[in-house]
Amino acid sequence: MLDDLSNQFLPSTVGGLAAGAIFALLALGYTMVYGVLRLINFAHSEIFMIGTFASLFVLTTMGVTGPLTGFALIGMLLLMLVVSMAAAGGAAVLLEQVAYRPLRKKGASRLAALISAIGASLFLQEFFALVVIPAVFDKAGRNTTGVPRLVDRDVVFTIGNANVRTDHIIVIVAAIAMMVLLDQIVNRSRMGRGIRATAQDPEAAVLMGVNIDNVVRMTFLLGGAMAGVAGMLYVMEYEVTQYNEGFVLGIKAFTAAVLGGIGNIRGALLGGFALGLIENWGAIFLGSEWKDVIAFIVLVVVLMFRPTGILGESLQRARA
Amino acid sequence: MVRRAGFLAAGMALTLTLSACAGSGDDSSGGGGGGDATSVKIGFMGDLTGENSAIVIPPRNGAKMAFDEYNATNPDVKIEMVEYDSQGKPEQAAVLVPQAAGTDKIVGLIGPAFSGESKAVGAQLNEAGIPSVSASATNPGLAENGWEFWHRVVANDNDQGPGIANFLVNELSPKKAFVVSDDQEYSVGLAETVTTAFKEAGVTTETDRFAVTASDYSSTVSKIRTSNADVIFFGGYYAQAGPLLKQLRDAGVDAPFVSGDGSLDAQLVSTAGAEAAEGAILGCPCNIPSEDVTGPLKEFYDNYQSAFDVPPAIYATEGYDAATAFIKAVEAGNTTSADINEFLKTVDFEGVSKPIKFQENGEPEANDIFIYQVKDGKISLLGASDEAKLES
Repeated sequence: MLDDLSNQFLPSTVGGLAAGAIFALLALGYTMVYGVLRLINFAHSEIFMIGTFASLFVLTTMGVTGPLTGFALIGMLLLMLVVSMAAAGGAAVLLEQVAYRPLRKKGASRLAALISAIGASLFLQEFFALVVIPAVFDKAGRNTTGVPRLVDRDVVFTIGNANVRTDHIIVIVAAIAMMVLLDQIVNRSRMGRGIRATAQDPEAAVLMGVNIDNVVRMTFLLGGAMAGVAGMLYVMEYEVTQYNEGFVLGIKAFTAAVLGGIGNIRGALLGGFALGLIENWGAIFLGSEWKDVIAFIVLVVVLMFRPTGILGESLQRARA
Repeated sequence: MVRRAGFLAAGMALTLTLSACAGSGDDSSGGGGGGDATSVKIGFMGDLTGENSAIVIPPRNGAKMAFDEYNATNPDVKIEMVEYDSQGKPEQAAVLVPQAAGTDKIVGLIGPAFSGESKAVGAQLNEAGIPSVSASATNPGLAENGWEFWHRVVANDNDQGPGIANFLVNELSPKKAFVVSDDQEYSVGLAETVTTAFKEAGVTTETDRFAVTASDYSSTVSKIRTSNADVIFFGGYYAQAGPLLKQLRDAGVDAPFVSGDGSLDAQLVSTAGAEAAEGAILGCPCNIPSEDVTGPLKEFYDNYQSAFDVPPAIYATEGYDAATAFIKAVEAGNTTSADINEFLKTVDFEGVSKPIKFQENGEPEANDIFIYQVKDGKISLLGASDEAKLES
C-alpha cells in the first residue's frame, strides 16, 4: 500500500493536473452562467463537444496526420484554439438566443429554463450524431473518433518517477493562461463590471443602465469560448471524441464549479484542479473504479463544512 | 456481449408484462405460418444503428447473405429476413419481441445480438415459442435459464477468458500480469476469468478497473507502469481499449497488450493509432477470416466482400452459420416455429466458423477461441487458441 503510494503518487499528480485543467476550463462556463442567471446550463457539455469537433475539423482540413514541431506546431495550436473558441462561443450565444432568451423574456420559471437546457443538450448530441458527424467527418455518428497525433509525447523533465511531457505542459499552461485572461476581463473591463453588477442584483443593474441582454450574451460567449479551449486541449491530450463526449466531463466540471464555489471564477479553477488531483490520488488506494465515488465524497464533505464551496459564491463580490 | 446491465431491471419488468400478451395471442398458430407456406419470416435482432452497431452489422450481413444464397436456388419455401433494431437496449428488445412474434409472425430469430438484451427477452421468446440462435451473445449465464428455444453458435465468456490466458501463458510465459477492465458486466466477467486462469498458471496478477465513461486513464496507466507487468489484459470495448492502449504506450509501457472480443474491431487501430496498436493481441470466440485464409472460409470471404464491398468483420461467419441452421430446418420441410425448434436439436453441419451442433441447453458443442494480432495496422487471424503461434 505504502509502496503503491510512493510509486504512483507523482505520476498520478501529473495526470490529475492535466485532467483538472480541463475540468477547470469547463467549470468556468457553468459558474459564470450560474452567477449571472442562476441557471445550470446543462447544454454546456455539448458546447464543449462542439469545441472538440471544431479542433478535429481543423486537423482534418489542414491534413495533419502526424506530430508537428516548432512554428508549424504553434501555428496549428493557435489556429485550433481560435476556431474552437469561435465555434464553441458562437454555439453558446446561439444556444442562449434560441433556448433561454425567449423563456427569460416571458418571465418563465427557472425550472422551465432548466428543462430547456436538458432539451438543448439532447438535441445537440443527436444533431451531431445523426447529421453533423456523418456529413462533415464522413464517420458513423455514434462511433468514437480517433484524432491524429499533433504533439509528440516527449518527456521534458522528470520529477521523481513522474514524466512531465510536452502535452501536459501545454494543457496546464494554456488552461491557467486562459483563466487569468478571463479573470482580468471580468474584473477589469467595462463589460466585466456589467457582468458582476448583473450577478449581484439584476434589477439594480438595469436601473444603472446595464444592458442585461448584452451582459447575458457576453457571459455565454466567454463561457463558451472557454469550453472551446477545453475542447481543443482535450482533443490534443486524449486524442478522442464522440457525440456525447461532454456528458460525463460536464458533470465533473459542474462538480468542480460547486466544489470551488459556484459563481466564483477563481473557485472554478481551484475546484477543477482539486477534483482532478483528488480523483487520481484516490485511485491509488482504492482502484480507478472508485474515482467518481471519491470525488463526490469529497464534494459532500466540503459542502458540509462550507456550503458555498471552497472559495464561496462570489462573482458579485469580486473586487470592483 | 453484455451492454447496459443497468437497464436490466427495467427491461425485465417490462418483459413480464409484455410476454403475457405475446403468449396469449400466439398459442393457437404455434407462433408461425401454416404448414403449406411458400415463405417464412426469420427475424434478426440487435443494435443496427446504435453505438455498438459495428459489431452487429457484420452478423446481419452474414445472415442476409446466407438467406439470399438460399432464396436464389428457388426453393419451395423462401425465407424472408426481418430486421429488428433493438439498439442493444434490453427495454427496446422487450418491445420488439411481441411485434416480431405477434404481428410479423416470425418462425425463428437470429439474435438478440448482445447478452443484456438476450437476458431480458429470453423468457419472452421462450413463452412465445420462437427459436432463437444468437451469433454474438457470450454471457455464460444465458444457457442456465432452462429456455428450450434458446441457442447460440458462439463460445461463451467462460471459455474465452481461459482460452486467451492459457494461450498467453504458453506463448509468452509471463511472470507478472496486469488485468484491467471497465465496470460493465461483460468486461468484469471476462477480466475475472482471465485473472483466475493466470493465477492458476502461477502468474502474479494485479488488477484495476475504471468507469465505462472514463476517458482519462492516467491513474490506471501509472498503476500498470509501476507494476512492471509482462503482459496487460483489458476486458472491455474498443472505444476505451484504443485510447487506453495509446496512453499506455505514451507513458512508455511496452508490454504486450491483450484484449477480448469487445475490442476486436478496426477502430481499435484507428483510435489507438497504428503505431501504438501494432502487435496488440486479441482473442475472440468469433472466427473472422482475413484475406490469407483458404478453403470454405476463403469462399465466404470472397462472397462477402463482393456482396457488401467490405471484408467480413466480427461475427459475420457466426451470423451466416446461425442463418444456415434455420435454412437447414426449412429445407427439411419445417415451417412452424415448433417444428424448427425440434429440428435445431438434431442439426449437425460443418459451418464456416466451426462445426454447428447444439448441446441440450442451446450451447454449441464446439467452443473454440480464436487469436488475432494487429500486423501492419490490420487485424489478422492467427488461428484457434490451442494451435496459434505469435510471430516475434
